[in-house]
Amino acid sequence: MNQVMIDTGNYIAAKAAVMCKPDVVAAYPITPQTTLVEGIANYQGKGEFKGEYICVESEHSAMAACIGASATGVRTFTGTSSHGLLLMHEMLHWAALARLPVVMCNINRVVGPGWNIWTDENDSISQRDTGWIQFYCSSNQEIFDTIIQAFKIGEHQKVSLPVMISYNAFILSHTSMPVYVPDQKEIDAFLPKRKPLWYLDPNNPITFGNIILPAEYEKVRFDMQKSQYYCKKLIPEISKEWKEKFGRFHGDLLEYYKCENVEYILLSMGAIGAESKVAIDNLRKQGLKIGLARVRTFRPFPQEEILKLSKNADLIIIDRNISPGMEGAVFSEIKASLYGKSDAKVYGYIAGLGGKDVTFGDIEKMCKKAIDGKTKHLEWYGLEGV
Amino acid sequence: MKKYNVVTSISYPKKGAMGKTGNWRVFKPILDKEKCVKCLRCWIFCPEATIIRNKDNTVDIDYEYCKGCGICANVCKVNAIELEREGARK
Repeated sequence: MNQVMIDTGNYIAAKAAVMCKPDVVAAYPITPQTTLVEGIANYQGKGEFKGEYICVESEHSAMAACIGASATGVRTFTGTSSHGLLLMHEMLHWAALARLPVVMCNINRVVGPGWNIWTDENDSISQRDTGWIQFYCSSNQEIFDTIIQAFKIGEHQKVSLPVMISYNAFILSHTSMPVYVPDQKEIDAFLPKRKPLWYLDPNNPITFGNIILPAEYEKVRFDMQKSQYYCKKLIPEISKEWKEKFGRFHGDLLEYYKCENVEYILLSMGAIGAESKVAIDNLRKQGLKIGLARVRTFRPFPQEEILKLSKNADLIIIDRNISPGMEGAVFSEIKASLYGKSDAKVYGYIAGLGGKDVTFGDIEKMCKKAIDGKTKHLEWYGLEGV
Repeated sequence: MKKYNVVTSISYPKKGAMGKTGNWRVFKPILDKEKCVKCLRCWIFCPEATIIRNKDNTVDIDYEYCKGCGICANVCKVNAIELEREGARK
């Protein structure tokens, strides 16, 4: 029996996390993640969350505690944001290289200075090379569903990698939406107890993270790449299973919206991806042949899917992040995916940095300008006073 | 060696997994058995488990793996262990 819960992205994420029955949650509060970890603490107070809740002194410790707990073979969850995520950076590499399937929500918040608590994606984009699987959500329902799927993906025995679920500060984290919440029994049937490949056991001692020689280390990296690639197959399978069991679908690596009979495809992530749907509807009404492919997974990156889209359409990309000295991260990845295999034109926009609103009206303007052939290769949209 | 679906670094305990580390030593601990009071502090504190505890609680030093850190000499309350530069005694 489905129950509808109306709550903010953070409280929805707390509900989803608790329903996955993690054995250990270790977290440190940071705006705008705070209500997520408060939510979990509240479930512990009410007796709904029966795991261990470790209050740590920093985000670096939060991830270290999750790594230690995960190494004993149990399920672990945490959440963070912005500077908290950056403080974890070393431990993010550690979790991935040790192949520990920690699941974490990251609430996309601007990195300072200047001090700013609104949303952009530079915090999680700068964790690109840590080996974590990265999802970007566009609604509270997607946050709920993705957290539960994330445990199943990360804990899969051919994957065994940590998963980061990113969603936008305030736009999602503090906005209430109705969300369908399945019965605990249904979740338990979808997500069985974690079966670790190995674990710390005093009766059968092993050492983790011991010294290994160069040739062996290279194999570790190669295998990590193999598992990331395996996820390109696994994520669609799990999305399909979720759809069959629960009737909801948010896409696989990409979410396609009106991608039939198109000359242009808009690509964006997170909340801009949701807003883009309204823009696409309006542009289609005006007779423009444009569709949307919302990027759900930044790692693994949907190279093949985007290459396929580019066979029939030019691509317009909106990035809410910037790699200074280069361009938006999604823009770069897309061009790398097409190199030598596609003649599609590619236009990149930087928009909404520092948490600036990106409305459907803005998105329509960006698309129209590109379609009219007036967009340079890379443009900053709506930059004021420059 | 156990085979898993994914590759990471794990080591199973084994004597001398990193080779005979005794040749890393600069200072060698020399035990004076006459002075030893069998308190076993050296056996407890040795980080490399190279103090061998005998049945009668006397101790010996495993020079094949002792790296010469000197902790045993430092914790000995009766100064029964002294450090000597390797090769000093011909």
